[in-house]
Amino acid sequence: MTLDFLIYKIILVLIVFSITLLVATYSTYAERKIAAFLQDRIGPDRAGPFGILQPLADAVKMFMKEEIIPNVSNKALFVLGPGICMLTACMTGVIIPWGKTINIGGTDYPLQIADVNIGILYLFGVLSLGVYGIMIGGWASNNKYSLLGAIRASSQMISYEVAMGISIIALVMTTGTLSTAEIAAQQHGWHWNVLIQPLGCLIFIICAFAETNRAPFDLPECETELVGGYHTEYSSMKLGLFLFSEYINMFISSAVIATFYFGGYNMPLIGRWVHDPNALAILGIVFLFMKIVGFIFFFMWVRWTLPRFRYDQLMNLGWKILIPLSILNLVLTGAWMMRHEIMVYFVK
Amino acid sequence: MITTYLFYLLSFLAIMFALMVVFSKNPIHSVLYLVLAFFTIAGHYVLLNAQFLAAVHIIVYAGAIMVLFLFVIMLLNLNKETEPHKSVWLKASAAVASGSLLVVLVGSLKGAAGIQSAKTFDASIGLIENLGQTLFNDFLLPFEVSSILLLSAMVGAVMLGKKSIK
Repeated sequence: MTLDFLIYKIILVLIVFSITLLVATYSTYAERKIAAFLQDRIGPDRAGPFGILQPLADAVKMFMKEEIIPNVSNKALFVLGPGICMLTACMTGVIIPWGKTINIGGTDYPLQIADVNIGILYLFGVLSLGVYGIMIGGWASNNKYSLLGAIRASSQMISYEVAMGISIIALVMTTGTLSTAEIAAQQHGWHWNVLIQPLGCLIFIICAFAETNRAPFDLPECETELVGGYHTEYSSMKLGLFLFSEYINMFISSAVIATFYFGGYNMPLIGRWVHDPNALAILGIVFLFMKIVGFIFFFMWVRWTLPRFRYDQLMNLGWKILIPLSILNLVLTGAWMMRHEIMVYFVK
Repeated sequence: MITTYLFYLLSFLAIMFALMVVFSKNPIHSVLYLVLAFFTIAGHYVLLNAQFLAAVHIIVYAGAIMVLFLFVIMLLNLNKETEPHKSVWLKASAAVASGSLLVVLVGSLKGAAGIQSAKTFDASIGLIENLGQTLFNDFLLPFEVSSILLLSAMVGAVMLGKKSIK
């Protein structure tokens, strides 16, 4: 644990943190522009050229608004709710391998903050804590609509975590590791996990939508039934933090989907033209971000295309379709991995 | 050296949060303090280099079970006013019972200083490869039996959840 190492890690954390915030900020702009594009409108175009300063204007508006804390609410928990939401949203970026190792002056600098050997489990731990922010905020508001929104959010997240976990177990079986760096490194060339685990990938993406509370799974903040859902009583930047953490979650989910199933920082055939390892590493970051932007666009495309589920449909989809499908995927994966042993058993 | 300090800090926090669970008037606060206590225990697992256990502890206890606790308490809307008042006899008998339990604990731990651990501590035992090898080789039967137990609990829950049982 030298000082160099510490400084390098701190710089990496700061870079990842600021990029996360930047991407999340501009996701709000992209969301409006894509919504406008899909609905044949122009979208925000007043602040700056093409409305590119719109997120700044939004942020100023959020900060300047009056801060209202309801009298009957539980004040400490009311303030804590959005904070927990932001914290858990930002924590996942730690285990994502943003690129290969960069070599500066003979020292290797891996572009991942922490290569823990239980990376996937860490991801799940943080994911399962994400629900606390919503639940605490919703309960502390002391409002029936907020409470209903919070309870919807937590039951939805718990339900879809099961299917997500089982689909990931199948991935762990084929890759043989829980380390995200290893999973990304294994997918060089055409060995993308989506080609090995297409069904698992589909289930994982659907569950990622549900975990981020994005449409068509945005029942916790369903305006037509619940006023504003769990953030009904929130105003000013506390509301801003709740909304913002959704965009951070979307960015991180896109990064996780890209890393687990779509090759991470790998791009087929690129090794043929580029041979310098540092250039390859930097290109890897570019490819990863291209994939992430693609998935963010996909998230938005789905949001502005599909209508919201009804609550019983949501639960039916989670428990009666996705979980059996993911178990089937698990069994098929296991059977495929043990095919020689099974063949020997039957042929004999 | 730093691990020793960490151990004392985590132990202090764990005991403090555990006490707060008992002393909080509001059930929601109790649940949240219990979550914090689980975090400190996960910290202990990390100190013992059992990262897998720490992660699973967080996922299962803090992430799933305590969310359900919170869920139920929020739905029932329990708070200070609705808590039934306990009689003096109940409180006195609880005090006597827990006091005698304390005496038994102190008595049994008095001789613990002379106990030597049977095996030297293996720092890599908590890593996931070793844990998997141990679970599926040495403890295969208990592992499978516990999975059957969980399965039967699941079937029971589904049966209870059915609207009409013929």
